[in-house]
Amino acid sequence: MKQVFKRPKSLADVPFHFCPGCHHGIIHRLVAECIDRFGLRERTIGVASVGCSVFLYDYFAVDVLEAPHGRAAAVATGVKRARPDDFIFTYQGDGDLAAIGTAEIIHAANRGERITVVFVNNAVFGMTGGQMAPTTLLGQQTTTTPFGRDESLSGYPIRMAEIMAQLTGTCYVARCAVDTPKNLMRAKKSLQKAFEAQVENRGFGFVEFLSACPTNWKMTPQQATAHVTEVMVPYYPLGVFKEDENPN
Amino acid sequence: MARSNTLLVKGNEAIAMGAIEAGCRYYFGYPITPQNDIPEYMSRHLPEAGGTFLQAESEIASINMLLGAAATGARAMTSSSSPGISLKQEGISYLCGSQIPGVIVNMSRSGPGLGGISPSQGDYFQATRGGGHGDYRTIVLAPHSVQECYDLTMRAFDLADRYRNPVVILGDALLGQMKEPLKPRKHRGKAVDKDWALTGAGGREPRLLKSLYLSEGELTKHNWMLHRKYRRMRREIRYETVGVEDAKLVVVAFGSVARILKNAVSMAREQGMAVGLFRPVTLYPFPQAVLRRLAERVNRFMALELSTGQMVEDLQLSVGPDVVDFYGRPPGSIPSPDELYREIRKNYRKRIG
Repeated sequence: MKQVFKRPKSLADVPFHFCPGCHHGIIHRLVAECIDRFGLRERTIGVASVGCSVFLYDYFAVDVLEAPHGRAAAVATGVKRARPDDFIFTYQGDGDLAAIGTAEIIHAANRGERITVVFVNNAVFGMTGGQMAPTTLLGQQTTTTPFGRDESLSGYPIRMAEIMAQLTGTCYVARCAVDTPKNLMRAKKSLQKAFEAQVENRGFGFVEFLSACPTNWKMTPQQATAHVTEVMVPYYPLGVFKEDENPN
Repeated sequence: MARSNTLLVKGNEAIAMGAIEAGCRYYFGYPITPQNDIPEYMSRHLPEAGGTFLQAESEIASINMLLGAAATGARAMTSSSSPGISLKQEGISYLCGSQIPGVIVNMSRSGPGLGGISPSQGDYFQATRGGGHGDYRTIVLAPHSVQECYDLTMRAFDLADRYRNPVVILGDALLGQMKEPLKPRKHRGKAVDKDWALTGAGGREPRLLKSLYLSEGELTKHNWMLHRKYRRMRREIRYETVGVEDAKLVVVAFGSVARILKNAVSMAREQGMAVGLFRPVTLYPFPQAVLRRLAERVNRFMALELSTGQMVEDLQLSVGPDVVDFYGRPPGSIPSPDELYREIRKNYRKRIG
């Protein structure tokens, strides 16, 4: 019988710790599939960030370096400069990348670092218990916006993919979701493009994933996935924002 | 021919030269006075040595780039001055927790806050007590001449690799900016096998460098292991003494103050005072045991610092608080040998007679 589905080699044979309905597990799998697809497992160095994805090193069968909160893009810069032939990716949440790590991500992208950034946007600080993130939607209740996010107090949800696409240094920028099989297949394609940008030494690849956080959204897994489709996607449009075959 | 090998360079330049000679191939930094000669030198000379110079967007990014490069086994350095070193503390804590080597140069200026650009020794506590969060230490080397800037930088890389720990070089504006003859010498340190370095899991198990330990008892064990390592660093203790053999009063200072003090001590000895100088070269680990032994036959000690008193606490812990006097100069001006001589004379008359 032909095997049609199996664990990617780059994924360790351990169960994920993520909450039921969380999309991190799916996104982890997509990244691992991509590492396998390009045959990169033995020359990949992953940079883990701080947040729910900090345990990346428990799940990926590759070399992993832990970065301080928000600093993954700077850490990855150092790794890539020292190991230009290796494949370097960061995996960061929205608190990590879009709040405390804004300077590092903007400048790594602007330098056109040959790294691949996987950005997971679930509109909350997940690991710390559901506080407001820069990506929290207006009106969204979190543990630090108990009356809903109010722009007069906390400003607006930040659209990172659009910002990254504006930088001359970026090569490939997309926003994806894994809420439907169709979107999942598109996400897979986008991730491949972002990988290619580095593998072909063309430049900086950035893929934003809209992700469900049922626990902190206080929803069932089904409700949370529907929330991505119905509430997040309208504010955070999916698509490819930049695809530059020959960047500067 | 020997003479042609002697260069006239600034302390900052000597540090950059020593780093490249020691095999440093990655430098990450951000401009700040009074250490800009270091990144400027590196930007010109690292590429020709086959290395990479990168001007980062911040001090925070610089130390994290160092963390990334050093995690692959490469020799990497960052440099800054006081306010910038404050920003690097988070990264230094992670380097210690993850056991990643690296060299951090602080050509300190004055604080607190933006302070000023004059020399100060007010970063002693920050350098020797860890500086960032958590229970950790870094080896701290304090050069007092341009030659030592070069020599100790080379040594810093060897020590960092030997202990898988960051090493701090603590100089100041005076040392960084002054020019002196330098005799560059070949680096002779032994290469360390880095069986922990992240190079891609080709034909081996994946490796992981991290500082997070959440399982029961894991972090306790990790901290005790680090503690044992910091104790082992005591074998690296270095110091210099001048005329302590017959001294009744030993003056203790590090870095640029020790340099000025050498003249003041000569003046005192010419005047017949039994004064010796003790200069710690490693500020951490501090030469506590050596000083304790010295205190068995020397009655009085005097600490002199460009601060209101930091190293003096280590001296008091070494020889006892009752036999130590202190002369401190907050930042703003540099004491002359004459001024320090007068302070020594005053103390000598009061304490010795």
